[in-house]
Amino acid sequence: MNPVPAMEPVILPNIKNLHLIDIYEARGGYKAFRKALGMKPEEVIEEVKKSNLRGRGGACFPTGLKWSFMPKKTDKPKYLCVNGDESEPGTFKDRQIFEFNPHLMIEGTLIACYAMGIKTAYIYIRGEYGKWIRMVEKAVTDARSRGYIGENILDSGFSTEVVVHKGAGAYICGEESALMNSIEGDRGYPRVKPPFPAQYGLWGCPTTINNVETISNVPLIITNGWEWYSKIGASKHPGPILVGVSGHVNKPGVYEMPTGVSLLEIIYKYAGGVPGDKRIKAVIPGGSSTPILRGDLLEGVCMDADSMKTAGSAVGTAGLIVMDEDTDLIAILARIAKFYHHESCGQCTPCREGTGWLEKILNRFVRGEGQKEDIDLLMDVANNIEGNTICALGDAAAWPVQSMVRRFRDEFERRVASPPVENLVA
Amino acid sequence: MLSPQNLQRIEELKKHYRTSQALVLPVLWMVQEQFGYISKDAMKYVADLLKLPYGHILGVVTFYTMFHPHPIGKHHIEVCTNVSCMLRGSGTIVGYLENKLGIRLGETSKDGEWTLSEVECMGACGGAPMCAVGEEYHEHLTPEAVDRLLERLS
Repeated sequence: MNPVPAMEPVILPNIKNLHLIDIYEARGGYKAFRKALGMKPEEVIEEVKKSNLRGRGGACFPTGLKWSFMPKKTDKPKYLCVNGDESEPGTFKDRQIFEFNPHLMIEGTLIACYAMGIKTAYIYIRGEYGKWIRMVEKAVTDARSRGYIGENILDSGFSTEVVVHKGAGAYICGEESALMNSIEGDRGYPRVKPPFPAQYGLWGCPTTINNVETISNVPLIITNGWEWYSKIGASKHPGPILVGVSGHVNKPGVYEMPTGVSLLEIIYKYAGGVPGDKRIKAVIPGGSSTPILRGDLLEGVCMDADSMKTAGSAVGTAGLIVMDEDTDLIAILARIAKFYHHESCGQCTPCREGTGWLEKILNRFVRGEGQKEDIDLLMDVANNIEGNTICALGDAAAWPVQSMVRRFRDEFERRVASPPVENLVA
Repeated sequence: MLSPQNLQRIEELKKHYRTSQALVLPVLWMVQEQFGYISKDAMKYVADLLKLPYGHILGVVTFYTMFHPHPIGKHHIEVCTNVSCMLRGSGTIVGYLENKLGIRLGETSKDGEWTLSEVECMGACGGAPMCAVGEEYHEHLTPEAVDRLLERLS
């Protein structure tokens, strides 16, 4: 396999003070928006469609296609939600955009609003990011003062508002319909779909939801054209991607790269390899919900949707968590199960009850009290959650367990045969 | 109950949302910023202000982990113990903090100075292990870094 050529970062370019509007404009900022205003809205959607941009929030859904679902003729207002709830364990990329390139996100938001005829966009940011929320609010204020937001923008006749909305601590609000309920001032309960947000979203009006990183790709597509964009990285899942690397690596952090870079290259070239040159026991490739992969089977596995699917996992939010040979995987899985139990909204019985049982059974293994039949019981519980809930949180809780039991059954069996003398901490 | 400035902010926010119910989160944030926590009386006040049932406000406050229905310590230390932090030794950091402060996770010190909480992933996995104090993130924690942090705060 040919290595993917490296590229100059474009989402997080190495330009000092790019978060300031003067610098952003001097570097060509808001020119994509001006260009888009000179195009027909459907031409903008077509451009994004052809670029093959796929969502960076976890599901890899084609962005242009999502935009095209928005009704053209409707007497209701239309809305855009920019999802900055970033709460999936192992994911810390959108925060970089808020801090280092917020205007790129705002410019993408404005282009999206123009393309879909949207008058109000909400940028929903998790409450824990209080400091970063203020950075984004400052950027929005500056963009408004330069005439990019508000009435009759740049004398184009187009008007739109951008509102920053602060969350209050709930992983589930990253789920699109829960996010809409949260903006509406309710508990973050996901809604039954269909109807989908493009028909029945915020306040029952047509709504599109895009991830922060996804929307930040849009100005690049408009500036450079869909052909340029579609040739970056993996052909069916192209573009630059922000990969967050954490866990047992020498240089954890967020790295921008084309899609399709192999996980081993990400770990060893970008993130400086594993401390103490230890072997990799396992990786979680795209945030805690994505199925775990064995460290000895990483050859040829790349950070793009197709490659990950073949390997039996998913790109998710590209939050790559690396675990070395000394890691107690069962303790790690128990922690993941605790997370999903804590974050289950409680609407659907399989998830509300099942996540609790997964945590309980896994803690039994952690304490050295797990029995052989508990291994199958774990699978049974996970299988009864998956696909049986309103939203994907249930699946997100089931996948790590299913993949761990499937790929590391030996770990569980060893734990049953020789329970630890004292509680292990990873 | 809310300051005139906050009431003014609410009027401005109304322009941006279709219903007054959408102001629940922003208004609860104002209450918590002004009083440090959201008391039952404050919830009733917000319910009256936005013309919503008290039960709705209570439901929202108790759903979101960042809203505090009870007073918390002057310094709120929130330690992430999720996967990425766990792999980088958050267990040691938690133990060290518990010893230093003389309280366990989820507790507030008797003098009301400190509250120590375990939190889920804060989105700082590249700086693991980490904790947050208020809106400040403290990354790459070691026991020595915790010493320096506590000294600065106390």
